[in-house]
Order: sequence, then C-alpha cells, then structure tokens
Amino acid sequence: MISDNLSTYLIISILLFSLGIYGMIRHRSFIGMLISGEFILNGASLNFMAFNKFLAPNPAVGQIFALFIMGLAAAESAVIVSIVLMVYHRFHSIDPDKVHDLKH
Amino acid sequence: MIGYRLLTEAVFVVFIVFIFSGGLIAVNARYLMNALLGLALSLLGVAGLYFRLGSPFLALMQTLIYVGAVCVIIAFGIMVGPKPKHEEEKRLMGRRNIILASAAAAAGFILLLIAIINVAWVPAQARTGDFSVIFLGENLLKQFCLPFELISVLLLTAIVGALIIANIGREGNAP
Repeated sequence: MISDNLSTYLIISILLFSLGIYGMIRHRSFIGMLISGEFILNGASLNFMAFNKFLAPNPAVGQIFALFIMGLAAAESAVIVSIVLMVYHRFHSIDPDKVHDLKH
Repeated sequence: MIGYRLLTEAVFVVFIVFIFSGGLIAVNARYLMNALLGLALSLLGVAGLYFRLGSPFLALMQTLIYVGAVCVIIAFGIMVGPKPKHEEEKRLMGRRNIILASAAAAAGFILLLIAIINVAWVPAQARTGDFSVIFLGENLLKQFCLPFELISVLLLTAIVGALIIANIGREGNAP
C-alpha cells in the first residue's frame, strides 16, 4: 500500500520543494515569494515526519522538529510581512526587480 | 479489514490531490489572493499526511498555526500591499521566467530523487517511546528544553521587531 511506504512521503516532499523553487522564481512580488517559501518549509517538515515514523529510534524527535519549523515559519512570515509593508511605503512597489538596489 | 485499508488509501490519495492542486494554484496564480487560498489548501493536505503519519497533534498544530496564523498574516500583507495592475502583471509573466523556473525546479527534483534512490534506508534497531502527546511533552521539557525556550525568545523578538519595522515604514516616521 502506498501510504505505508517511506519513498511515497519522500517523493511528495521533494515535489513540494520543487514547487517552492518554481514559485519563488515565477512570482514577481515579495508576497508571492513568501508563499512559495512556505512550500519549501513544508517539504522539509514532511520529510522529518516521514523519517520519524519509519526510521527514527525516538518518535518524539521528528514531531518536535516539525513543531519548531512551524514556530520559525510563523516568526519569519510576521517579519517578512512587516518588511514588505515598509518597502511598499518607501518604494511604492513590491516587485523585487524594482527595489533590487534598495535606493530610490 | 480490506475495506478499511482501501478507504485509508483513498483518503491518502485525496490528501495528495489537495497538496498538489493547491500547490499548482499557488505557484501559477495571477492574483496573490488566489495563490494564498491555494497555499491554504495545500497546507491542509499536508496536515492530513501528518495524521496518517501517526501524529494527530501535529495535524492540529499545522491547521492552527499554518492555515490559521500564517495565512492570515499573509492575507494582511496582501491587503496593505499594492493593487494588481492587470496589464503590467501579464507583461511581467514573461516566457523566459517560466523556462528558468521549470529548469531550476526540475534540476532540484532530479538531484534529490537520485539522492533518495541511492540511499538504503535502514530503520533503527530499537524504538523507544510512542506517538502520544504525553511522551512528546516530556521530551520537550527534558531533552529539548533549551530549543523550546529559544523558540519562545525568538517569537518574542520577531513580534517586537515586526512592530518596530512596520512603525518605521509608516509615513512621517523615517528613522
């Protein structure tokens, strides 16, 4: 059965990672890049949970790591959104190509 | 018994469909709000996989923190950001961009796929403990006490920093 197989989860998580990379290059705004970054983080945390279920000696470690990733993602997105707010007020754009040198 | 297994597999496949349909919406959407809703769908699918991996607590936390908190923060960011200009958006989604993005994503995918195929995964000999929340909490307060406290300090710093940065960004509050 496919849901009892480690490789299934690993392939899902690398697909999530590739989706994140694709979206990060494709999106032309900081918020879109933030959304794609969440996919990369989720791929990593799904990987930890899969190893936790199938390989790890102590099944609490992977869960704790996934919880830490969630906490970091929440902190990261709060900081990024406030930086985007500041950049928009200063440059009137959230296109990374227009603010690449951080000067008016 | 066979019926239960089959039902489990069917639900698993439905969650995978959630993850990838949401993901494709999120990376290809023209409007950021649609991308955000795709992200929420995809995160719900990942929560379902956590449930299947034996951790209902993590599935709950994923729904609460990611779908609840992070998506609302991003929605707030979209709300205060600029209005999308339709023609400009179309022009910006150029052709080179898609090819570059696909090439980078495919390269990453193939490298990682080769990596996971070439490793023989060996399960640990002896397994201690279980998947219960009680065991998780004991580990969190004994062995992982320092990272736990560091995360709380980090969250406090991030919130204060976010407030200060947002305040500097407002008109007339230049540093």
